[in-house]
Amino acid sequence: MVTDEYSSKVIPIWRDERVLKAVAQIISSIIVFAIIYWAINNFIEITQQRGMPLTYGFLNEAAGFPIAESFIPYDSTMSFGRAVLVGLVNTLVVSAVGIVLATVIGFIVGLARLSSNWLISRIALIYIEFHRNIPLLVLLFLWYFGVFNKLPAVKQSIALPGFLYINQRGFYIIWPQLAEGGALFVAFVVAGFVLAIITWVVLRRIREVKGKETHYGWVSLGVLILVPLIGWFVSGGEPILLDAPVLKGFNFKGGLRLTPEFTALLIGLAMYTAAFIAEVFRAGILAVQKGQIEAARAVGLGYSQILSLIIVPQAMRVIIPPLISQYLNLTKNTSLALAIGYQELFAIGKVTINQAGRAVTVFILIMAIYLIISLLTSLVLNIYNKRVQFIER
Amino acid sequence: MTVIPQESAPPSPPGALEWIRKNLFSTWYNGLLTIAGGTLVYFSLINIITWVFKTADWRPITVAPLLYLVGQYPREELWRAGISMLMITFLVGMSWGVWKRYVRSFAIFLGILLAFLAVFPLETPTITRPIRVFMLINPFLIYLGYRIGRTRRVQGRHVVTLWLVALLLIPLVILPGFNNSSLLPKVPTTVWGGLLITLLLSVGGIVLSFPFGILLALGRRSSLPVVRLFSIFFIETVRAVPLVTILFMFSVILALFLPTEARIDRVIRALMGIVVFSAAYTAENVRGGLQAIPMGQVEAAKALGLKNFHTTGLIVLPQALRLVIPNIVGQFISLFKDTTLVYIVGINDLLGIGNAVLNLNPEYVRLQMEVYLFIAVIFWIFSYFMSYASLQLEKALGVGER
Repeated sequence: MVTDEYSSKVIPIWRDERVLKAVAQIISSIIVFAIIYWAINNFIEITQQRGMPLTYGFLNEAAGFPIAESFIPYDSTMSFGRAVLVGLVNTLVVSAVGIVLATVIGFIVGLARLSSNWLISRIALIYIEFHRNIPLLVLLFLWYFGVFNKLPAVKQSIALPGFLYINQRGFYIIWPQLAEGGALFVAFVVAGFVLAIITWVVLRRIREVKGKETHYGWVSLGVLILVPLIGWFVSGGEPILLDAPVLKGFNFKGGLRLTPEFTALLIGLAMYTAAFIAEVFRAGILAVQKGQIEAARAVGLGYSQILSLIIVPQAMRVIIPPLISQYLNLTKNTSLALAIGYQELFAIGKVTINQAGRAVTVFILIMAIYLIISLLTSLVLNIYNKRVQFIER
Repeated sequence: MTVIPQESAPPSPPGALEWIRKNLFSTWYNGLLTIAGGTLVYFSLINIITWVFKTADWRPITVAPLLYLVGQYPREELWRAGISMLMITFLVGMSWGVWKRYVRSFAIFLGILLAFLAVFPLETPTITRPIRVFMLINPFLIYLGYRIGRTRRVQGRHVVTLWLVALLLIPLVILPGFNNSSLLPKVPTTVWGGLLITLLLSVGGIVLSFPFGILLALGRRSSLPVVRLFSIFFIETVRAVPLVTILFMFSVILALFLPTEARIDRVIRALMGIVVFSAAYTAENVRGGLQAIPMGQVEAAKALGLKNFHTTGLIVLPQALRLVIPNIVGQFISLFKDTTLVYIVGINDLLGIGNAVLNLNPEYVRLQMEVYLFIAVIFWIFSYFMSYASLQLEKALGVGER
């Protein structure tokens, strides 16, 4: 029979797909590992000549270099590990503030771009096109050297008296300081926040299950205001003091000081990323089909209900993934701070390499930190994505 | 007899007043916004114009404009850069003739700009009359290329081939030259700079990263677990770290992993970093295109008896690549902007030249705004035209509508 004849034919080894696949994998692994082996061999040879072993023990040695700006205590007698930590914190702080600022600006610009007002929409377009077509590094130089470097001397500060002073040494801003009993007040604020969320969730659930009007929005807002208010009086009426910057001698004392480097990086990064975020928001809002809004109107929803129940949830689904990737871009772009002298993770890594002479170890450490930040972010993104995606069938 | 029904005339186009009422003052808050925005625009424009024409001191640019174009490239060998430029403008003209509207606005703009630069009254000894004449040749060459490109015999693939030949010839033969040549003496890359380096790194980066990116994308979708893991590891690692770290790795760390006698040129090292970085992003773009190709295409190809290799190369890849052209252009724009980072590893690209000019002459110490704005404008022009072309392309391919 024909079939028997066909099946009895043995496939030769060089045409058996399983064999071929296995061989292909073995060959590709051999090539990759051979290259790695060769590179490491070279590396060992060089390190033996120069004497820099691949260990992380040096992280405990004294760093010996100062860092201009640090959000955790640091001085040059502390260890290299501490210095890298300072860099990481600097990166995270500027990223976090930058993300908030970029989102706010991006949201406003995105809305302006969608405005029915021709002029406003055009201004937003100019903002977006300006930022999207110029390299971030050039923008940072423009901000730092072109603007912040030309700020007036301390005596001639641009001032909003009592609140804000801008001069060569940076921004001095009035800033709240915890007074006696301040901790108690903060505890109340946090408690109020948590209680408000719990109230919201519980009352909303009741509303959904029993169909009884519970005014969950107003009640939780009340909780949010009332609990801190009680805390204010319990803690003695003056839990927070406003610390205003004051000119003393040749410099300002008190308040919060933002260095020109930090501010230039922050503003440059935030405004650059905001241009991209504005487009993300615009695309998200435009992605909600008109029929959805018309249908919502047809079933009698009010304007605020259409916004909160129809437009925002659907737009968010489109907005969140690219938004997160913009946040990640912003975090990675903080590494450009090196060029304007703000010492974040990469800049400190570079100094550490110069000081400790352990280029590869430090470098692997820095790469690993960026990798972890990035992986954590995509993990969060994936979890969120799974929750909000349409489940079609 | 049929009576053609009398149609009422279409509504006359809205007058200027009607337009203003509708688009600027439709509601009271829109009116307020318009007034506020108008004031802002008015005062910004006045400030910008007075700054550009009165306050600003453009000497750092006008004294040595050639620096921004080619860096320290020896002036007696400048004709080589000139020849390269002629080749490119001619090819831009041909591309305009073949691909029409995608290139048209850029080609016309380039021609006008070069003609303008040729007659621009700059009082500097570096811009000699031959250079001006040379500049003036370019617009005509663009037009010549356009006329040739428009003829029916010239097709897209011819122009692509010519571009590839030019892109190989310029950075490998014309500009670097050879060690013992009297016609083309060696010019080390250490003296290359300015826009030359910026364009070289970005075009070289995208062209070289393209094949790697396609291989990585295919590898990531491969049925072989080992290949897939390698690809995923490479792509995700590169995409997770900033470009600066990769450039730094290639400019500093790489030397530690090579035999001591191996010395790689500084610019090549930066280019390697850019290619590695760009390949990971190209891979993700191409993968998006591959995923969009329906399984039916593969099955149909298999039913016809095509082998895996042919299925991928003849059926899946061409369709996938067509889908992702706009994304690739977008990636190219961001890569073009990102090449400024090579300044951090000490290469004199456009930005590096700007900084060098500022640092060398103490008179220019307060003129950063002028220099960086000039650089920003150059980048802006290039990126803007590329995104414009990409937008046209997207419309033509109808990618956004599917």
